[in-house]
Amino acid sequence: MLRIFQFLYSLRVFLLFISLEVIAIWLIVGNNSPQGAAFFNSSNAIIGSALKTQSDVTDFFSLAEANDALVSENASLMQTLRRIRTVPDSIDFQLDSLLNATYEFKSARVISNSLRFSQNHLTINKGTVDGIKVGMGVFNHEGIVGRVKTVSKNYSVAISLLNTGLLVSSKMKSNDVFGSVNWDGKNSKQAKMLYVPRHVNAKVGDTIITSGFNAVFPEGIKVGIISSVSQGKDPNYLDILLDLSTDFSQVSYIYLVENTQSEELDSLYIKSELTNEF
Amino acid sequence: MSFKSLVTFIVLGLIQILLLKNLALFGIAFCFLYLISILNFPTAIPTIPLLLISFILGLTIDVFYETIGIHALSATFLAFLRPFWLKALSPSGGYDDTSNPTIAEMGIGWYISYAWPLVFCFCLLFFSADQWGTGRFLNALNKSFFSSTFTVLLAIIVQLIFFKRRRDI
Repeated sequence: MLRIFQFLYSLRVFLLFISLEVIAIWLIVGNNSPQGAAFFNSSNAIIGSALKTQSDVTDFFSLAEANDALVSENASLMQTLRRIRTVPDSIDFQLDSLLNATYEFKSARVISNSLRFSQNHLTINKGTVDGIKVGMGVFNHEGIVGRVKTVSKNYSVAISLLNTGLLVSSKMKSNDVFGSVNWDGKNSKQAKMLYVPRHVNAKVGDTIITSGFNAVFPEGIKVGIISSVSQGKDPNYLDILLDLSTDFSQVSYIYLVENTQSEELDSLYIKSELTNEF
Repeated sequence: MSFKSLVTFIVLGLIQILLLKNLALFGIAFCFLYLISILNFPTAIPTIPLLLISFILGLTIDVFYETIGIHALSATFLAFLRPFWLKALSPSGGYDDTSNPTIAEMGIGWYISYAWPLVFCFCLLFFSADQWGTGRFLNALNKSFFSSTFTVLLAIIVQLIFFKRRRDI
């Protein structure tokens, strides 16, 4: 008996090696079956948090790419959403023309921006190569930003809403009264809504959204919130001041929107000898 | 095991988990830098503690790699082979009790002939276990060759840069 133990003792290293390898193989096999070794994997809280910290760090370096991807995905989603949301009235329309996508969305990044002038412009990192056209509307997740003015091959320049030359057709959300939003060149956080008749009951705190009349922006993009209403000098119109919803000092990722039927609309206006005042 | 080598041990493990886990040159050359800490234990260390340490280290790495058991299997195998290989490579006078099988003490040529075959065995077992049942042994051989070369290369670089040459005696 003693000799057996002595023999085993002399083999102890090999026996330990074999037993450890058997444990390892048992773990490998057990882990490959669905129920096996559930404890030793990354769903474990400590290991999970370690891996999450690691991916947090590594993800940080790909943040810019991720953002780009998200923005372009958003643009395509918006297009789909708008197609779905166009709900017909109770009148029996031909659905095929109604459900056509009227607006096309693109995404881009602002590479330079100004706030301090009265004619402010944005430079966008996409141009004709990416399908950007003159006259496209520019907005971001906060609200309206501007309108494309000139396009080069790879870049384009947009007139910012903070430009005294840009009028945006908009309306009050609560009562659908429309007017034009224009920046007065004073404060980069505020703009004015023009051409709202005096009899209109405009309330402070009401949201201003785009009206969809000018065929640049689809209806319902946020412009701002009314901060003050007063009877101004003009005998016909109210003096409405609004806080812009877009923070122009932080505009970086933007969407561009194109009305695919704007040519048809324009030719219709010309035919009927109207000027689209919006 | 001194405090310094314990720190090295932990740092190498962390580097393996956090950085090298996602690294694979051309999709075939993986790096198992944590093997340095097994390879560089003093020559006089008894085999049983070495086996246990390797097994636990391998299991720890496994948990993060989501390959439960495979690293443990291969690392234990490496630790088992190490004493035999050390004996085969022993210089004419034998090893000192305090000597370490590192570049600083034994030189680059000896270190390559010591580390590369061991790491290759590790890799061969690792990739065979990894691809078990797929019947792509040639692929495992290919990966093992490049991975072990890459690992030893990086191990040499790391030692030359970070491990100070011992100046006493």
